[in-house]
Order: sequence, then C-alpha cells, then structure tokens
Amino acid sequence: MPYLELQGLHRHFGTVKALNGIEIALGEGEFLSLLGPSGCGKTTALRLVAGFDRPDAGRIVVDGKDVTRVAPSKRDMGMVFQAYSLFPNMTAAGNVEFGLKIRRRSKEDRRKRVLDLLELVGLGNAASRYPHQLSGGMQQRVALARALAIEPRVLLLDEPLSALDAKVRVQLREEIRRIQLELGITTLYVTHDQEEALAISDHVAVMSAGVIEQMGTPSEMYTAPSTPFVAEFIGTMNRLESTVTDNSSGEVEYSGIRLQLDAARGRTAGERVLVLVRPEMLELEAAADGSAVGPNQLAGEVLTQTFLGPVTRLKVNLGAGAGAGAGLIADMSTARAAALPVGARVVARIPTEGAMLLSLADDGRERPVLDPDNP
Amino acid sequence: MKLRRPKITLSATIWLLLGAAYFLLPLVGTFIFSLKSNQTGKCCTIASYTWVVHNGDFWHTLKLSLTLALETIAISLVLFVPTVYWVHLKVPKLRPVIASFALIPFVVPPIVLVVGLLDVFRGTPQWFYGTPQGFLVAAYVILAFPYMFFSLDAGFRAIDVHTLTEASQSLGASWPRTLTRVILPNIRAAALAGSFLALAIVLGEFTIANLSQFNTFPIFLQYTNETQAYPAAAVTLMSFGLTWIAMLSLLYIGRKRGGTPQLTGAR
Amino acid sequence: MWLPTIPFFVYTIAFLFVPAGSVMVGAFRGKDGGWTFSNVTTLFHQPYLDAYKTSIEVSGVTALLGGVIGVGIAYAAIRDGTPRWLRSVFTTFSGVAANFGGIPLAFAFIATWGTIGVVTSFMRDHLHYDLTAHGFSLFNKTGVEFVYLYFQIPLMLLVIAPAIDGLRREWREAASNLGANPFQFWRYVGIPVLMPSILGALILLFGNAFAAYATAYSLTSGTLPLVPLLIGAYYTGNVLDNPHLAQAMAFGMFAVLAVMMMVYIPLQRRAARWAK
Repeated sequence: MPYLELQGLHRHFGTVKALNGIEIALGEGEFLSLLGPSGCGKTTALRLVAGFDRPDAGRIVVDGKDVTRVAPSKRDMGMVFQAYSLFPNMTAAGNVEFGLKIRRRSKEDRRKRVLDLLELVGLGNAASRYPHQLSGGMQQRVALARALAIEPRVLLLDEPLSALDAKVRVQLREEIRRIQLELGITTLYVTHDQEEALAISDHVAVMSAGVIEQMGTPSEMYTAPSTPFVAEFIGTMNRLESTVTDNSSGEVEYSGIRLQLDAARGRTAGERVLVLVRPEMLELEAAADGSAVGPNQLAGEVLTQTFLGPVTRLKVNLGAGAGAGAGLIADMSTARAAALPVGARVVARIPTEGAMLLSLADDGRERPVLDPDNP
Repeated sequence: MKLRRPKITLSATIWLLLGAAYFLLPLVGTFIFSLKSNQTGKCCTIASYTWVVHNGDFWHTLKLSLTLALETIAISLVLFVPTVYWVHLKVPKLRPVIASFALIPFVVPPIVLVVGLLDVFRGTPQWFYGTPQGFLVAAYVILAFPYMFFSLDAGFRAIDVHTLTEASQSLGASWPRTLTRVILPNIRAAALAGSFLALAIVLGEFTIANLSQFNTFPIFLQYTNETQAYPAAAVTLMSFGLTWIAMLSLLYIGRKRGGTPQLTGAR
Repeated sequence: MWLPTIPFFVYTIAFLFVPAGSVMVGAFRGKDGGWTFSNVTTLFHQPYLDAYKTSIEVSGVTALLGGVIGVGIAYAAIRDGTPRWLRSVFTTFSGVAANFGGIPLAFAFIATWGTIGVVTSFMRDHLHYDLTAHGFSLFNKTGVEFVYLYFQIPLMLLVIAPAIDGLRREWREAASNLGANPFQFWRYVGIPVLMPSILGALILLFGNAFAAYATAYSLTSGTLPLVPLLIGAYYTGNVLDNPHLAQAMAFGMFAVLAVMMMVYIPLQRRAARWAK
C-alpha cells in the first residue's frame, strides 16, 4: 500500500494550469524526484504536499489519511527550501532545536537530538554558529537537520542544491541520499537538474506544463523515454526526424539515407518517427578517402571537440545533404577522440539495436520551450 | 514557482483603513474648514483664499522664506559638495568622521542649537546677527547638513570619482573645471535631492525663527492661526502644498535613481 | 591633503560645535560669570522637573505607540496579499507626512478635531456625541500625543519598512512547517529578527518627539510644560533674567538624549548579536 499519494491534483492560477491532474503513489521509505523545467508545476506540487497552498481539486493522502485540508503546522512534514531559510537569529543548534521546542520536548531530549542530527549532517562542531557564519552548503546541511529533527512523516526538498557550487552540490546530494536511506524516510525531491535526479532517486517523475510526462526508475527514464520531451530532457539525445519505409525489415529513411533499426519493426509504413540515439551509442570513425558510406552510416565533419575528462564530446556536422545545421553529438573515450581532430571527415554509425523510436504524431499538448539554465 | 498572491487579509484591511482615516481626516478637515465663511462659519466660500491672496504679509514672509531656502541651498552646496568630493577622492578615512558629525544635529535639537547660537553670536555685527539672511541661514545650513551630507555621500558613492577625475585632468581640465563640468553633472540627482530636503526644512522651520524673532512664513502661519481661524486653514493648506511639492519632487528624483526618501525636522 | 576640507570644518565648528559647547559651559555659569552647579540643580525642582517628566512621557508614549502602530501599518501594507499600489501609496504618503510637522500640522488638527473642528462639529450636530464634553482635548498632554502620532507613525513606517521587507517568506513557511503557529513565529523569529531595527527606530522616534517644539507651541500656546516650550518662553517672553537657566535646560535635554543612547547601545548590541 502506498505511503504518500497525490490523487488527481489540480491547481490553477487564473488561466494558468500549474497542475493539471497529478497522480503519484510512493511507497514508504522511497525517494521520488519531481523533475522538470521552470514553471512545469513541480514546486507547486511540493507546496501542496507541504500545505502552503490548497489544491483546486484532488487529495493528498499520507499513510491512508487525507491531509488535504490539514494546516501545514499539523502535517509533520520536514521541508528543506532552496536557500536562506534558516532563522538568522538562531544558531545552527537553535535552528535544529526549533521544531522540538514547539513540540515541548524535554531539554535533555532536545540537546541530545540536536547534537545527533548535527553530527549526522557532518556539522558537529558548528552548533553554536549563526547562519551568516556558515557557507551555503553548511546552511543547507543545517536546514536538512532541522527538517529531520521533527521526525517528519515525509521529507520535502525544494531544489535544495540549486544555489550551491557544482562540487558542493554533488557531495551534498550523495549525503542526502545516504541519510535518506539510513533513516528510511519517504522523500519528495524537486529539481530541474536531470543528472541530480537520476543520481539519487528511486523513482523520477518528469513534469511538463502541469502534468507528469513519465514516471519510472532512473534507468527506465534514461533508456526508455516514452515521449520526445522526456527523451530530450533526460540526458543528451540525438534526434533524427525520419519516415518508416519498411516495417517488416525495420527500415527508416533519414534525409535520403536508409537506416536499419530493430525498433522500426512492426511500425506503420510511412509513419513519421523520431529516431533517438544517445551520444555514447554512436560509433564514430575516420572516413577512408573516397570510400562509400556503409550501411547505417552518416557522413560528416567534426565541428567541435569538448573535453569532458575521460570522455570527449564531438559535434559532427552532417553537411548540406542533411539540411542546414543538422548535426550529431557523439561521446567517445578521450584517447580515441584524439584521432578525430576538428575538421576530420568522419562517418557515424547508427546502431541497429540501440536506437529508440518515438512516433511524431501530435498528441495535441503544448509544451514550454526547454530552458535548462533557468531553474 | 509562480504563485498567486493570496488575497488581502481582514486585519490588514482594518489597519490600513484606520491608518488612512487618521492621516486623511486632518487634510480633509482643513480643506472643509478653509471653505467656511469668516462671519457665519458656514460652508462654502472662497473668502479665506481671497483674504490670503490679498494679504501683504503672506507674500512678504513667503518670499523671505523662499529666499532663505535658496540661500541655504546655495551655501550648503558650495560648502558640502567640494568637501564630500574631496573626501571621496583623497581622504576616505575622513568620511566616518564627517558622517559622525552629521549625526550630531540629531542629538542637538534645534531648540538647543538656537540657544547656543544666540549666546555665542550676541554682539556680532548687525548684518549677521540682526538679519534672517545672516543668522537664520547660518543655522539652517547646520539643520540641512545631515540631509545634504547623506544625499551627496550616496551620490558620490554611486559614481567612480577617481576615474572621472583622472579622465578629466588627463584631458587638461583644471580643478574648478573638473568639479563644475564633470563631477557636478554626475551627482546632480543627489544634489537636487539634498536641495529639496533643505527647501522643505527651511519652509517649515519655526523653532529657530521664533526664538530669534524673525518673521518667516511659518511665523506668519502661526500668527494667522492665532488671529484668523478660517484663513489660517487656507494658509495651512498652502503650506501643506509646498511640503508636498518639495517631498514629491524628492521622491520623484529618488525613484529615478532608486534611493529612499529621507526625513527633515520641522517639528 | 586636508586643505579643501577646511571651510567645512570651520563652518561646523563655528555654527554647531561652538554653540553646542557654549550651552554646556553656560549651563554651569552663574549670573556673575563664575562657575556654579545651581542652574543644573534648579532643574531638579519645580516646574522644571515636571517639564522633563512630561517631555519624557510624551516622547516615550508617542515613540512606543507610533512604533507599534507604525509596524502594524507597515506590515499590513507590505505583507503578501496587499496590492502593490496600496503599498506605494502608503510609503509615498509617509515620506511626506513624516516631514509634515509644526505649525501647519497643529492647525490641521485644530481645524479637524478642535472645539469647532470639522469632525468635532459633525459628531456634535449629527451623531449627538460631544467629544469635548467627554474629556477630549487637543490642548492637553493626551491631545499633543494624539497629534505627534501624525509624524511619529509615518517615520516608524519609513524606517521599519525595509526591515519588514527583509523578512523572508521561507522563514514563515519553515516555522509553520516545523509546527509553529503564527504567534510562535512572531515570538521566536519575526520580532527577534526585527528587534535591532525596531530599537533603532524607537530611539529615533523618541528623539524626534523630544526635540519637537513648533507643534506643541502652536497647539497649546506654550501652556503645556514641555522642556522646549519652557526654553522658548525664556527667549520669546522677554523674561530673560537668567539666560544660564535656559542653557541648563538645553543641557538637560542633551543629557536625556545621551542617557537614552547609553541605554540603547547595549540593548541594540544584545538584540543584534546574531547579525553580521
């Protein structure tokens, strides 16, 4: 039986449908990330669960009890905000103690619990510091300890890492996951950072324009996106707009080139489809001079090389035949990429079995333009 | 992320309504009062306004107060602009000293200042001690000092004094020329703000004028209050109007450069 | 290096420091020119002692009332839900009203709340309620306090509004999330966070009312025993038998303000110990 349920949640602000029928069921101790671009409704959903806002329709059920109309102060939900949510007039310990004080716990009880929690988040020696004396990362640790202090039924995190440096972000997200697993606490995590969501969640729900596009485990989301939006939002994806030409052998046509794809078998001939290939699935090799392009191969020229550490990302221009600006992105080991400098003629092989196919039929929904830089 | 703002609450509405009533009633009351007849006490006549417009003392004292205000503003600018400029440019460690000077008038109220001034300058030449243009202006520059200083200080902080000065001098400009042609245009908003505050102070100042017995506009207003109840309402409204014009001009400048309004002290 | 600042220093010394100093020195001089404490000790007798008591009471009461009401209105004008335009109307008006004191203010209240004032007459004629008969008067201590609030409240609003603006929505939400009701939020977070600004504003309001002269002079024709009015009477009434007594009273005002600062500074330090 699910522990936290969001049933048919609707929330409209004027004519804007911030939430348009959200269904989520989360088991006890599970970690779900709500992932999506700015304005997709993920924060609205979280605030409904916290009780800061009321839905226009739908219910929120925790452990079998409907809490939709319960005041936020009676919900026992621990929330970690984006930033600057610590009470500035209290020390780190004072902040963590706050919820316990409100709950009239005994003094020794409070002291012990505060120390334990600060220890848990790695701030045992910063108890007497005021928020302005703590770095952004330390402040978020205190905020986490404060939310956990009240032994919440559900832990809610609203982009808790978005204001932090990249390095601190990775370090802290791993700790959040460690603590969550250690305490076995049911967690709802809002983020616009897909890498973050994939790294720490049991389940990910990708949202867009007030609805959940797809929900699943991180690997399902990555390997089997069910809509073009999800495919593009999660990870980097090469998109080739094609037409199915032979549905028995599995053949599609992309700008005059025929590609054999397992995924195309059983489709309708003539159907417009999107062929999706992850950058690491593309096989790139130097084109032998004058040699003909082989099966499933696209010819092009290396446009840029971006060094990403062990992996190097290459942008390949497919040339005039594929339409202006058409290109592919391929990831390969840095050692191999050295053989393909900028300007080198290359061929890219689309793998027969690794490519995904999505129908391009319009499902009639409007979606915002992606802007991953703007949370 | 985009959250609808909640509706205004009942308690907020009550606070704001009571506040608005307390603050607007005296304005409305004075206006209605000014329309009453001197003979019958009934509404409505513009006799009070006619009385004011035809009163020689009204024009005389208003002119005097405006002259004093202009004189105060001129002396304040000549005195404080070069000082604040120089402090920002060459001796920044003097800035906190001057800033603490600027706080002293808050601890030395006008009533204390005027007692001291009367004592110190008794027996000085008549052109100074005996005329409002001398004695009062000297005191008003001190009253305006904190407001002038903080306005100018903010103005200078917002511009790059060093670069502007060096650029001007590398092009061959002299010190006076640099100050009037390069620096002044850049702190014009700050200087204007300070000037409007000084204007509001001088037009409303009663304490020092009363104790040193000069007949300025506020003195005329007080005299009218004591002798002519209904016309006094008309003069009061005009005085209101002058304060409003000065302060709204100030707020307008402040809005354009993003500052906050400051406070004078015509209590 | 210092040369261009000399005119400024000469001016402030001549017209601010020397006069202020002369008041301090003069307070301890006798009629014969010798040193004496008699002027200052006279302040501890009537009617001077009462004048100080009244002045301090009027300043304290209007600072506290103005403070509480100012915070209330500021919060009501700023909080989520109040339309933006209402907020700018209130702050703009406060900018003007805080600067509107003295003679015109006194008369505006007389014309409105005085014996033949517009509101008073209206209530007498139409509501059959005689304010004056029920003890309301602009010309006693309570009346002066009622009028002073006209500049005290907007001053509080102007000074405290930026601090209230600085209260983050996250704090209120975090508090309610952790189980606190609105009262507990204000008690443990809201008021303590605002306290340094509130204390600073209160001392400003106190000094503001303490120094006020024109409003009370115009309202009561100088009959209410406030220290500035007594000092003024010495100069305007031509009863200047001992100018050193007036200087002693001025010195006393200075001393009261200095004591207020000495109370204020440690309080402020305590309230702001968590701040940068």
